[in-house]
Amino acid sequence: MSSQPLQASNMEQLLEGIWKQNPVFVMALGMCPALAVTVSAFNALGMGLATTFVLICSCTLISMLRRFIPREVRIATYIVIIATFVTLVDYIIQAVSLALYEALGAFIQLIVVNCIILGRAEAHAAKNPPFSAMVNALGMGIGFTIGLFALGSVREILGAGKLFGISLFGDQFQPWVVMVLPPGGFFVLGLWLLFFAWLAKRKEAQHGA
Amino acid sequence: MQLRASPHLHSGRDVPTLMRHVVYALLPVCAFSIWQYGLSSLALIVTVTLSCLAAERISNKMSGTVNTLSDWSATITGVLLALTLPPAFPLWMGAVAGFAAVWLGKSLFGGLGHNPFNPALVGRAFVQAAFPTAITTWAPAFTPQRFVEFIPSSLTLPLMQPNDITTWVSANMVDGFTGATPLARWKFEHFVYPVQDMITGAASASTGETSALLLLVCGLYLIARKFMDWRIPVAVVGSALLLALAFRLFGGDEYPPAHLVLLSGGLMLGALFMATDMATSPVSPRAIWAYGAIIGTVTILIRYFGGLTEGVMYAILFGNALAPLLDKYLQPKVFGARKK
Repeated sequence: MSSQPLQASNMEQLLEGIWKQNPVFVMALGMCPALAVTVSAFNALGMGLATTFVLICSCTLISMLRRFIPREVRIATYIVIIATFVTLVDYIIQAVSLALYEALGAFIQLIVVNCIILGRAEAHAAKNPPFSAMVNALGMGIGFTIGLFALGSVREILGAGKLFGISLFGDQFQPWVVMVLPPGGFFVLGLWLLFFAWLAKRKEAQHGA
Repeated sequence: MQLRASPHLHSGRDVPTLMRHVVYALLPVCAFSIWQYGLSSLALIVTVTLSCLAAERISNKMSGTVNTLSDWSATITGVLLALTLPPAFPLWMGAVAGFAAVWLGKSLFGGLGHNPFNPALVGRAFVQAAFPTAITTWAPAFTPQRFVEFIPSSLTLPLMQPNDITTWVSANMVDGFTGATPLARWKFEHFVYPVQDMITGAASASTGETSALLLLVCGLYLIARKFMDWRIPVAVVGSALLLALAFRLFGGDEYPPAHLVLLSGGLMLGALFMATDMATSPVSPRAIWAYGAIIGTVTILIRYFGGLTEGVMYAILFGNALAPLLDKYLQPKVFGARKK
């Protein structure tokens, strides 16, 4: 299957999640982890990758089973599938990096209720073949990871003067405490949303002219 | 025939006139603080004001609206904000506060008149959360060299921690300088600051709140010229005074004396110049009284029972948030209207 070249539509689907329908900046989904765990770039990246993994696995599986799942109990079925992969990720992170596990806390388990995953399952995976569902999920996952990373890196640079734990400005740097506090998450998210809305508006104006 | 919408009679006063007079009223306060703290205070006021003006200009450009620098509102925000910051505050942090005030507090909501919160206080709240140590580091007033040299922490390099001022303080001061405000000294030592120190500016305080008396005189000028509603400061200070008296009377020595409550901290500055901001305060008389009373009460509650020593800023922001609700529920009865 992997030898098959990506078709144009698949490529478009991949870009859809990364850019046009970016879950964080455009759809504003999954805001809870986006605000809560993006104190540092490392945490943000970890959370993004964990979500991407769950997203790809559960969307592919749901797509494979789409003809067998009765409509009436589809949400419950999706949740069971998603929860299975979340449990897997939970154990994997615990085994690979205990520091990341402790930093992310309950938010790993809370991936179950991340509306991006259920949204993708319902809106895309349930209606499309497995490969298409996988590509779509991959795009969304990358988009989500980029979103979290954009938040996490700004907050870590201003809030601690570091990026991935490496000091950028020397010992004398004055940390902006507010950036690692919850309000900082809202400020940075708001500014990114503003930036993307401005980009979209500018593009629209160019196309119109 | 010409058709014109009301109002048909205009007093000739517009927003820029009003704002300009508020700036005039603040000039003596600025002058007094410069006399007290010298170059550092002057540089802080200039830096914060310029950064507010720059932020306003940039948001004008980005939103493609007309130039709003000439309505003086960004100038007021800058001057007021500088007056609420401690004199030794690093200038780069002052500039951050200025940008936060205009962008987060005003431009994002659509500019003057659309802002739900007082922009100067939004700026101060931002730097209070971002730099909690720097904003509670106080410098002594009336040092001999104040017109020739800066307080060392003022000239900190951008993004860096404030320079240490302890050696500068010990080199400059004859008698011991505790570096604590009257409110902090009451909270932690139950020490009652001498009244004359709180009027002549000898007590540690933010740049513009060192003399309650001077602020009162400047505020009275605006009230006399009818540029501000007298009910707001009266309600704020009155409710704070009543509560302070009641606590002192029934609670005893555990609570500070009433004059300490009135003369210290930002109560006068806040009640006269910030709570009265027209865009963020209610308009009908009953709502105004309730608004002032809420601010005064919350100030006292934060000062007496909160972790912070001073609560005027958060009290006013809280009052701002409630202002539209108060206007809605305390509407004056329309002439001739009947009860439903």
